Amino acid sequence: MRTAATGRVAYINARLLDPATGLDAPGALLTDGEDIADVGPRLAAEGLAEDILRIDCKGACLAPGLVDMRVQLREPGEEHKETLLSAGMAAVAGGVTSMVCLPNTDPVIDDVATVEFVARRARLNGLAKVYPYAAATKGLEGHELAEMGMLAEAGALGFTDGTRAIQNAQVMRRALSYAATFDALFIQHPEEPSLAKGVMHEGELSTRLGLTGIPVAAETIILERDMRLVALTGARYHASHISTAEGVDVIRRAKADGLRVSCDTAPPYFALNELAVGDYRTFAKLSPPLRAESDRRAIVTAIEDGTISVIASDHAPQDQDSKRLPFAQAALGGVGLETLLPVSLELYHKGHLSLLELIRRLTLAPAQLLGLAAGQLKKGAAADLVLFDPDPAWIVQPERFQSKSKNTPFDGRPVQGKVLRTVVDGRTVFAVDE
Amino acid sequence: MIQPNFPHRHLLAIQDLTQSQISALLDLSDGYVERNRSSESKSNDLRGCTVINLFFENSTRTRTSFELAGKRLGADVINMQVSASSVTKGETLIDTAMTLNAMHIDILVVRHSDSGAAKLLSEKVNCSVINAGDGAHEHPTQALLDALTIRRRKGRLDGLCVAICGDVLHSRVARSNIHLLNAMGAQVRLVAPRTLLPADISRMGAEIFHDMREGLRDVDIVMMLRLQNERMKGNFIPSIREYFHFFGLDYEKLSVAKPDALIMHPGPMNRGVEIDSDLADDVERSVIREQVEMGVAVRMACLDLLSRNQRVEACR
Repeated sequence: MRTAATGRVAYINARLLDPATGLDAPGALLTDGEDIADVGPRLAAEGLAEDILRIDCKGACLAPGLVDMRVQLREPGEEHKETLLSAGMAAVAGGVTSMVCLPNTDPVIDDVATVEFVARRARLNGLAKVYPYAAATKGLEGHELAEMGMLAEAGALGFTDGTRAIQNAQVMRRALSYAATFDALFIQHPEEPSLAKGVMHEGELSTRLGLTGIPVAAETIILERDMRLVALTGARYHASHISTAEGVDVIRRAKADGLRVSCDTAPPYFALNELAVGDYRTFAKLSPPLRAESDRRAIVTAIEDGTISVIASDHAPQDQDSKRLPFAQAALGGVGLETLLPVSLELYHKGHLSLLELIRRLTLAPAQLLGLAAGQLKKGAAADLVLFDPDPAWIVQPERFQSKSKNTPFDGRPVQGKVLRTVVDGRTVFAVDE
Repeated sequence: MIQPNFPHRHLLAIQDLTQSQISALLDLSDGYVERNRSSESKSNDLRGCTVINLFFENSTRTRTSFELAGKRLGADVINMQVSASSVTKGETLIDTAMTLNAMHIDILVVRHSDSGAAKLLSEKVNCSVINAGDGAHEHPTQALLDALTIRRRKGRLDGLCVAICGDVLHSRVARSNIHLLNAMGAQVRLVAPRTLLPADISRMGAEIFHDMREGLRDVDIVMMLRLQNERMKGNFIPSIREYFHFFGLDYEKLSVAKPDALIMHPGPMNRGVEIDSDLADDVERSVIREQVEMGVAVRMACLDLLSRNQRVEACR
């Protein structure tokens, strides 16, 4: 149960990382109650008042808490896979202080009451902040528009049919058009449903394994269509988890054409390729599927050049029963909250991005897209922070996850970088044992 | 002679009319308003003249208004309600036109669900045709009666700011009004969700808004449009509840308009969908009933002008 933070806390000897100002320097940060009171390289130099609690960061990185713009919660409806509480604990263990959940719960988040239910339940936990997307069409069925205006007023940050693309172009056009009426963000899962009936990337490997493939065209067809509809309607559009080189090209062109378009990807798509499916490993059965190595490289390049401006976890908890099945029957998705930061840090360790640019894609960039006042170390902003050391090596062990579900495609992967402490509204909600 | 101010055989669209022609029609209508209010509202100006109300779409109000207008002028008025579903529409329309033409009627008042239907009929018959609404194209007598209502209340049309709100996409009333108000020097705003606005509508001469509080700011006139039942359930808007919340006219949204702003509606109203029920009945603000009265006068003027032109032509 949450209690409001009181008093002042100084995080001293930190490496401050603030993508909003470009700050990457040693310094200190002071919180007062729930907010950031001051921040800067010289903050603690003149000494601090006696009554301030000091936390010595010992040179570790202090950044805005991560903003994860794509998380599947299973509450309400599938609490055996994940609850708001277990997802909240997984989030803060991964340094995530704000997460946005998809509406594909049971019941679907397509009315004001469900939006308010999720927000209220998450607030009670006092862990990571939870914001919902709401359904773009009633029941995620792709036919009738949901009450986007009222849902936005109730707190929905954007509209999406979750893990389904709207197949009917006329419905999609009207959904974009209606969303644009309220300048709301539309979030698309870019996979043409009739082409996405396979179970892995379509290519030599799917042929050898005897599994039905999902062609790259499944992604590009929807993206190409949507770009034309965005041009027609003037909507704000965000494509989730881009997985292919051709998909990246579509977004890159649309941005060059001046469309209000953005996209994200998730760690599996820049850290893994189709080979992870290997010997029918169902934990590597994701949606969209893990693609070819050339696609993975293109995703990395797109993250570097900013075409992909956001990295999200794409957290999709599935219980054992949903994954311990023949590959074709197994459920889609992997948990990602607790591996988001360490796997993303590979991009920094391999020299693709500076630490500051990486943090931007995990904090400020999604916050700005969603209109959240998060993702920066600003005086007066909520004290949502992550303290992490980018260097220590460890091995991903799902049994140690806070998440109720353990289905990670990164099982056993050596990674670098550890979350040491997570602060939400000035309260430490996660800390590793010293 | 052919009326110099109105050199038309048919009344098909406001777009065909000039500013002076519209003014002439409104001036004549003014006279009929006064006459209708007096004890001697009936005349025999159109005695021997046959008017047929040919309605392919259900309409009680417009049909009754035309019927009354014709009868007040002493014409023989016949109502024909044709079911649009009986035969293939195109065939029915032309066949009906030829049949009626053979009966030597004088004025045909037509309503049809297809845009351009009145124009098509007018090319096939010898009588005058008045368009009483064709698809989502035009409804000229509605725009004229709206203009008459405004002009009598405000003393002018020139320089007024008029917000037309709601389902513009499917509305012939909106299109006729946009043409008329632009021709008369008024400023037109359209307020609607993007799903209920047709492409490039601003090119017809209107400023577009998606928020009632912005669109209604300082306007002189608020015209609400009817939202058809079949469009309320998820295709164009999510729900009635949401539509009323954002685009339904109530006192709060009206508060940003000019204090003496008038409210209009072509009827029939959906109370609680596009307009708050109390507001619709507010005699201080709503001129919705007055519009109905103006409708009869405007239609009398139209019948009168067209039949005068016919008589002149016949004498030649």
